[in-house]
Amino acid sequence: MAVTNDGRVLVGLLKGFDQMINLVVSECVERVYAEDEGVEMVDLGLYFIRGDNVAVVGLVDKESDENIQFATVRAKPLSEVSY
Amino acid sequence: MLFYSFFKTLVGQSVTVELKNDLSVTGTLVSVDQFLNIKLDNIRVENEEDCPHMMSVKNCFIRGSVVRYVRLPVAAVDTALLQDAARRETQQSTTSGRAA
Repeated sequence: MAVTNDGRVLVGLLKGFDQMINLVVSECVERVYAEDEGVEMVDLGLYFIRGDNVAVVGLVDKESDENIQFATVRAKPLSEVSY
Repeated sequence: MLFYSFFKTLVGQSVTVELKNDLSVTGTLVSVDQFLNIKLDNIRVENEEDCPHMMSVKNCFIRGSVVRYVRLPVAAVDTALLQDAARRETQQSTTSGRAA
């Protein structure tokens, strides 16, 4: 899972990274959080994320992730990084 | 480089990292690198009900450039020693600057 500087949440299989934290993510899905509807999953396929745009990279616990009812999750989208 | 060494001494401690996207992540400090990128284990996001985005994430990497604050346990920091080390580092860089 990666959070980008503009507050997007991208989830996929990390295929590679480098010193600048450029990421290559396969089977990438954007999870669009909204306050008035459930989480929308947008298939993006193979994605390259430039390192300077990356805020957080996290390891998703598959088991607990599968138990989340995303259709019922309501949340504000994460705010973007402001310098 | 001083704060890199300083953070290395805090490995294993529980810290809270406040990010520039107003996310606060608490966890055990696992490692720090020269860019002050931070790795945390057993993470918990503050005000979890507002931020379910990282519900299933247990450990994470935070890019140094998005860190706003790191909240540290008081007991783990010797501020007098840190101040002394900071002074010594500035002194060292000014004297070496003069020599060059």
